[in-house]
Amino acid sequence: MDGTLAIAANNLTSPIILFFILGVAAAFARSDLSIPEAVAKGLSIYLLLAIGFKGGVSVAGHGVDTTLVLSLLAGAVLSFALPVIAFALLRGITRLSVTDAAAVAGHYGSISIVTFVAASSVATSAGLSPEGYMVAVAAVMEAPAILSALWIIARFGTTSADMEEGLIREILLNGSIVLLVGSFFIGWATGDEGMQLIAPFIEEPFQGVLCLFLLDMGLVAGRGLREARSVLTAGLFAFGVLMPIIGAGVGAATGLLLGLSPGGVMLFMTLAASASYIAVPAAMRVALPEANPSIYLTLSLAVTFPFNLTLGIPIYLATSRALTGG
Amino acid sequence: MQTHTAKRVEIIIEAVMEERLTAALRKAGVTGFTVMPVLGGSGRSGQWTQEGEIGRARGMVNVACIIRPDRLDTLLDAAFEVVDRHIGVVSVVDCEVLRAERF
Repeated sequence: MDGTLAIAANNLTSPIILFFILGVAAAFARSDLSIPEAVAKGLSIYLLLAIGFKGGVSVAGHGVDTTLVLSLLAGAVLSFALPVIAFALLRGITRLSVTDAAAVAGHYGSISIVTFVAASSVATSAGLSPEGYMVAVAAVMEAPAILSALWIIARFGTTSADMEEGLIREILLNGSIVLLVGSFFIGWATGDEGMQLIAPFIEEPFQGVLCLFLLDMGLVAGRGLREARSVLTAGLFAFGVLMPIIGAGVGAATGLLLGLSPGGVMLFMTLAASASYIAVPAAMRVALPEANPSIYLTLSLAVTFPFNLTLGIPIYLATSRALTGG
Repeated sequence: MQTHTAKRVEIIIEAVMEERLTAALRKAGVTGFTVMPVLGGSGRSGQWTQEGEIGRARGMVNVACIIRPDRLDTLLDAAFEVVDRHIGVVSVVDCEVLRAERF
């Protein structure tokens, strides 16, 4: 228990979390502090490139094994399954309509890459060496949840999802996925030699860029929370905290079954616990325009993301260590 | 100077629907339009801003086109098919243009 508290305290006082808290506080105080949209996009491109490349280099060093393939498959299955659990929970503890519940559920099967990046950073700082291919697992988990949410609507809903031509292509070729997977393959192909060439670009500035990006995320999350407090009922707030814990539990069981390292189990927990706020909201706006975006964006970005970042990640780290003895 | 009557149609629509809208406009024979970014605003779903956003889910764009009055219905039908279920505003105003043959 003391260990968990120490990890939580360390996490809460790390620069990345403190910058996130600064962003939230500035948004609540209605400060005019802001990160321009283009800068925020540039920072996210840098982080995706760096994390994808490092993952690829790690795979190049350790080689491909069956665990890698099984982890990818498990990630896809989790991404399909988690929205069903989320939907059942939402219908049980909130008064959301089927459409809104399905849209929210889709977010919780997909992943938040920033949460993944933050968790990777914490894992490395804690001396763990997660499997490099967890980056590929993250990419695999982005899209299936969207299809799962659309299946839920087709099965339980009265409105129809707009599965128009081009949506699947857009989901699979989402810019974040293309960059993450592309960088992963480049890292894999170029290995340590490639890393030596660009290490000054993707190693040294990484933590600083992450701080700046989390400052932006804090501002966006704080603004979202301030503007959409009216949609956030007690039931929804409870869901936003409960669902990551349930997802992390499922992720832990999966990671243990796969025989992953402590860092790998921790990252699987984080992926299963996190909720999308880039790929899925955009897909839901196209496919399920009747669903209220304020609900799923507020839940994902202003409740689950801060929870995972501040409390979730230390809990997942301590749990994975306890479960694996790592 | 000689001017000619035209219609200016302004469609504020979700950013994720931009390509679908412009494709529908082109299909309806409207080849000239301008897409402009929207910084933020407020509507039935609450207040929003594009500041610091990395996703497109919250953003809106403004698509403006100027056409001959006799082509207005075709354009509106095409636009409505895309906008129908989505957040957006379609407005039409009269305007004057200098070179009628371009519209």
